[in-house]
Order: sequence, then structure tokens, then C-alpha cells
Amino acid sequence: MAGAAVLGRLTWLLAELVELVPETPRVTSLVLHVPGWPGHRPGQHVDVRLTAEDGYQAQRSYSLAAPANGERVVLTVEELEDGEVSPFLTEELRPGDRFELRGPIGGYFVWDGSIGGRLSLVAGGSGVVPLMAMLRHRGAAGVETPATLLYSSRTLDDVIYREELDRLAGADPALTVAHTLTRQHPDGWQGYARRIDAEMLAEVIGSPDGGATAFVCGPTRFVEVAADSLVGLGYDPSRVRTERFGPSGS
Amino acid sequence: MSMESADLKLDGNAIGGLLGEVFVGELTVARSTCGSCGAVREIGALAVYAHAPGAVVRCPGCDAVLLRVARGESRIWLDLQGVSCLELRVPDD
Repeated sequence: MAGAAVLGRLTWLLAELVELVPETPRVTSLVLHVPGWPGHRPGQHVDVRLTAEDGYQAQRSYSLAAPANGERVVLTVEELEDGEVSPFLTEELRPGDRFELRGPIGGYFVWDGSIGGRLSLVAGGSGVVPLMAMLRHRGAAGVETPATLLYSSRTLDDVIYREELDRLAGADPALTVAHTLTRQHPDGWQGYARRIDAEMLAEVIGSPDGGATAFVCGPTRFVEVAADSLVGLGYDPSRVRTERFGPSGS
Repeated sequence: MSMESADLKLDGNAIGGLLGEVFVGELTVARSTCGSCGAVREIGALAVYAHAPGAVVRCPGCDAVLLRVARGESRIWLDLQGVSCLELRVPDD
């Protein structure tokens, strides 16, 4: 039974909020201390469970935003209007408060450099979070695999991790970051200004020559368009990994 | 905005936590064989519709229902009728 200790079933752990980091007007990162956290890989997520005084429970999944770092865990949460869980996490929670989470979850939507080949990332709104964990890992671990991120946001103010992405791309010729803004763009905007389409993916991501792997994360319809376009560009469907988060988001 | 069923489609990743309550190990990388068309895919690559009381998991190739899973108080229902084989990774002794 040597594997039992390593491969236990998922259990709920108690997370303590250390710090709230505002990312955009609607998005906040939660820095957590989670005693007993086993570590994780870039792209994995957690389930968060909140329990009301009357016993009512609500559960949601959130992507891990940063690479493994001991018992320090970072989630980036978009506050949804009329949301049941996200407004509590971003507005009501204070440092020192605790809530339950379990994880890490997922092994399919994961990139840690071991797959090999170019890394192609396509994000819609807060779908950038698990992809940012991959890029942060890539930067911190000095992985030299070329990477491209195509990132769709509503407006420039809604771009999560904007300065960090600029900094990462500025310091690394093997990393390309391209933005598209779907609702509003500033005067003189140099990036794209429409919803993603096959032409944009062809220009930014291109064909998968040499065995690239693509990770696409965003609202369901966004993911469908991106994944279909990538297959149209020659990507093998098994090398297009998707994570849809439903109807919410941009 | 109207909500159509296409909006409610998720990926196998979305039920990784729930399946992790039942199975030991990471289920999103377990390979399932579709009992209808025979396609073999990792659970993470399957289509999940989570708007029912439980989740319905379909084959993205032929759309057949592969498995259904629901969580109730202190119990989980798991229907694997559409899966002809499930291959899980386990550590060697």
C-alpha cells in the first residue's frame, strides 16, 4: 500500500486568507495559507466550499493562479453579479478569515514543460488564470519553450495581470502576448478590437508546426470558437486542451 | 441574455473534484472507452453538462451518454453504463 499515502482521496482543507490583491475592478486575487497543502501543477484548480450558519452549502471551482509554493496558494476570482460565492470571497472575506477548499484537481489541463513543443494559450476573460499559472511557472523555472498568449478582454481595464504580462513578454523574446478588446478600446490602441475568430488565431497562434500544444480557457462559446479554429489551423484535437467555465464572463 | 444549452457545456475537468471523492488518484487523466462508438479519451476531454441535478458526461465524438454522477447528502450516485472500459493510473508496487 505504498501508494496510498500519495494517492489519497480528496479531502477538504481549511484555507486562511492572508492578503487580497485587487487585479481589476471586478477581479481580485486571494493569497491563502493552506496547512497540509500537498503542492500542485500549473493549470490545476480547487473546489471552494462555503457553509452558512444554517448549514446551507455552496461550492465553486477556481483555478490556481500561481505555481506551487509550499502552503501558499493563490486564487484569482472574478466577482459575478448575483454570484453566490464570488462576492463573498472578494468583498466580505478579511485577512485571517477561513474557508474550506479541496485540491489540487485536474491532470488533463496541466502544463509544466514536460509535454514538449511550443505552448499556445488562448484566454477569454478570467480564463487567463490557469494559463497565467503556466506562464509564471515557465518564467520562474526558466523553461525556454516558446509560448504565445492570445488574450481577449472586454476593455483595457478588464485585462487581468496586465503589467505582469507586459513585463514577462518584454523580458523574454520567446514569449508573445497579444490582446484583443471586445467592447471598448482606447484611442491609438495597437491590438485587436473584436471577438476572436479564425483569422486572428491564424495570425497570432499560427499552425502547430513541430508539435505545439494549445490550452484554451474561457466562457463556453469562446472556447468552442477558439478550439474549432485551432483544429482548422492543423492542430490535432488531442493537442487542444479546453477548460470551459460556462456562460459567465466576457 | 438567453441561456442556451450550448452555454452550459463544460469539460471533464469540471467534475474532477466530485470524482476525486469516489476514486483514488486523478480521474481527469483516466481513459474511458465509449460504449457506443469505441473512442478512447481522457475524462478531461469529455463533454460535461452540469445543469441537471447531477452532471451528465457525453462522448464529444458521438454524443452518447458515458456517465452520470450526482451528489446528495452523504452519498454519491455514479452511473457508468455508457463506459465500456475505464483505465486508471495507479502507482507500481
